[in-house]
Amino acid sequence: MSDETGRKRVARLFDIRRIIGGLFLLYGVILTVAGLLDGQSAVDKAEGVRINLWTGVAMIVTGAVFLIWERLRPLDTPAPTEDPDPTD
Amino acid sequence: MANHLALAAQDLRLDVNWLDYTVLALYFVTVLGIGLAARRAIRTSLDFFLSGRSLPAWITGLAFLSANLGATEILGMAANGVQYGVATVHYYWIGAVPAMVFLGVVMMPFYYRSKVHSVPDFLRKRFNGQTQLLNAITFAVAQILIAGINLYALALVMGALLGWPLMLSIVVSAAIVLAYVVLGGLSSAIYNEVMQFFVILAGLIPITVLGLIKVGGFSGLADKVKSSSLGEPGLHAWANTGSADANPLGAHWIGIVLGLGFVLSFGYWTTNFAEVQRGLSARNTRAARLTPIIAAYPKLVIPAVTVIPGLVALVLFNDLGKPGGPQYNEAIPLLMGDLLPNGVLGIAVTGLLASFMAGMAANISGFNTVFTYDIWKSHVKKDKPDEYYLRLGRLATVAGVVLGVGTALIASGFSNIMNYLQTLFSFFNAPLFATFIIGLFWKRMTAWAGFWGLLTGTIAAFATYILFKVGVIDFGTELNATFWGAGTAFVVDAIVSVAVTLLTTPKPESELRGLVYGLSDASIADDTVKGDTAWFRSPIVLGTGALILAAALYIPFI
Repeated sequence: MSDETGRKRVARLFDIRRIIGGLFLLYGVILTVAGLLDGQSAVDKAEGVRINLWTGVAMIVTGAVFLIWERLRPLDTPAPTEDPDPTD
Repeated sequence: MANHLALAAQDLRLDVNWLDYTVLALYFVTVLGIGLAARRAIRTSLDFFLSGRSLPAWITGLAFLSANLGATEILGMAANGVQYGVATVHYYWIGAVPAMVFLGVVMMPFYYRSKVHSVPDFLRKRFNGQTQLLNAITFAVAQILIAGINLYALALVMGALLGWPLMLSIVVSAAIVLAYVVLGGLSSAIYNEVMQFFVILAGLIPITVLGLIKVGGFSGLADKVKSSSLGEPGLHAWANTGSADANPLGAHWIGIVLGLGFVLSFGYWTTNFAEVQRGLSARNTRAARLTPIIAAYPKLVIPAVTVIPGLVALVLFNDLGKPGGPQYNEAIPLLMGDLLPNGVLGIAVTGLLASFMAGMAANISGFNTVFTYDIWKSHVKKDKPDEYYLRLGRLATVAGVVLGVGTALIASGFSNIMNYLQTLFSFFNAPLFATFIIGLFWKRMTAWAGFWGLLTGTIAAFATYILFKVGVIDFGTELNATFWGAGTAFVVDAIVSVAVTLLTTPKPESELRGLVYGLSDASIADDTVKGDTAWFRSPIVLGTGALILAAALYIPFI
């Protein structure tokens, strides 16, 4: 594996859209399941709305949008410039 | 009804269970995992956000917004919503968007093209080393004070979560942040910053929706605000600002426009290191200019999830901010406890905790960068090997966290943390903005004018605040005092800068190329990439669009 492809692979893995997308999918699934199993007291607390279910579904959709976006428009990372930022 | 509410308000302890802790744990596993993995995989060349100047505008724009939209901002703006009502939108529509557009359209090219690593570094190039040192010291102090605010807020949420006393929460929170900065480093800190932004939104939107349902929708909310302690003026942004006494802000419209809209806001957005740095990591000048402008669009709609919950809290918890009742800052945690069932509650708690940690991590890293490079390396010990500065930076991190514990206790003395924050901004950012703006547009302005203007401006802001505190000058509200403090600092800085300039010799033009408006540096190559010239990527077009929207959004709330 050349340095260049290795760098690209790492860059894709750490694309913030993948991380947010993955986390939101996971959270979405957890909340959706919780929402389906919520007892009456949880529903009553949220003014009669199954808020876990709704939030869960919305988070799944958001997560999916991030992942699709990342898939369709991968980040092109040009080689870093020769003078590294002195702050790192 | 009232009885139940009073109970809810006194008992801030959130009813969290294993589900919420799972959500919280998943988040921190992700962040620390990224930190550890990034540390191994991305050694030098590819630190995503800082080095290489390789990022497209949408990422830097997101990072720019996230750097501002921490939990301090969220809790503080909701607190303002309770205290001042709809007028809080001024912080967004006049107090942020115009300055963000200005930064992108006018100032960013100077920052980006001069290849500086920080704001004090820019001052060294434009003025002299003394100006750099002065700004670096005030910046370092400000970061420690703001770190204290974040720490205090973090402890507030931890206390609500676990029922711990404040001091214990502060110390434990500080230890967690220290471990997290040392473990994950700066890269995971910035990832966390962007992630917390989305997580906190996922927590705030359900609060807003459920809150609105509870008070009977928008019309129900408006009715109830009218009969609350704020009354009718709580629903308007501009009405009654002809006199400072007739509106909840206690501010005259001139104070709002010049103090908040011009000096405070431009001072914050155009000279704040944490913000400007996000633009510096963009891949070219165009992307750097678009950074704050792209961030301005989401900023326009954020008040929907901060000010509305604030108003809901105002009508639901009638002892909020009263003696004996909970503080204004607790508006959002109170609503979380009252409305969110386990699950979503975990998301909201995670968003808040993550966001305070990200905020404090950003303050601490800003502090150690400026301390190491702009104070120590530039002025104390110049030619040491790189490891020396690295070690120094680590020590500065520890020292910063320890000092933050002290300043957290100062922050705990303010009922509304946003007011405290604005007070700090009026001390540090307002004079800096005056120096910047004159230095950018007036090439004759001399090196020492930069130094003396900054010094006297800062002292003037302090003096104004102290005179207000001891009762010599009466500005009515704390908020109004920050508007006037900022204005005074700006004017004093400007007058002193002009006076000193006329008495000293200017720098030769050759040293000012690329740093002053109208003196372009011909040696800088054009760095536009394909697609940059499309009209919808024009900073001017997008910036104008944001300004028009900001004005239009005011219409229903005049």
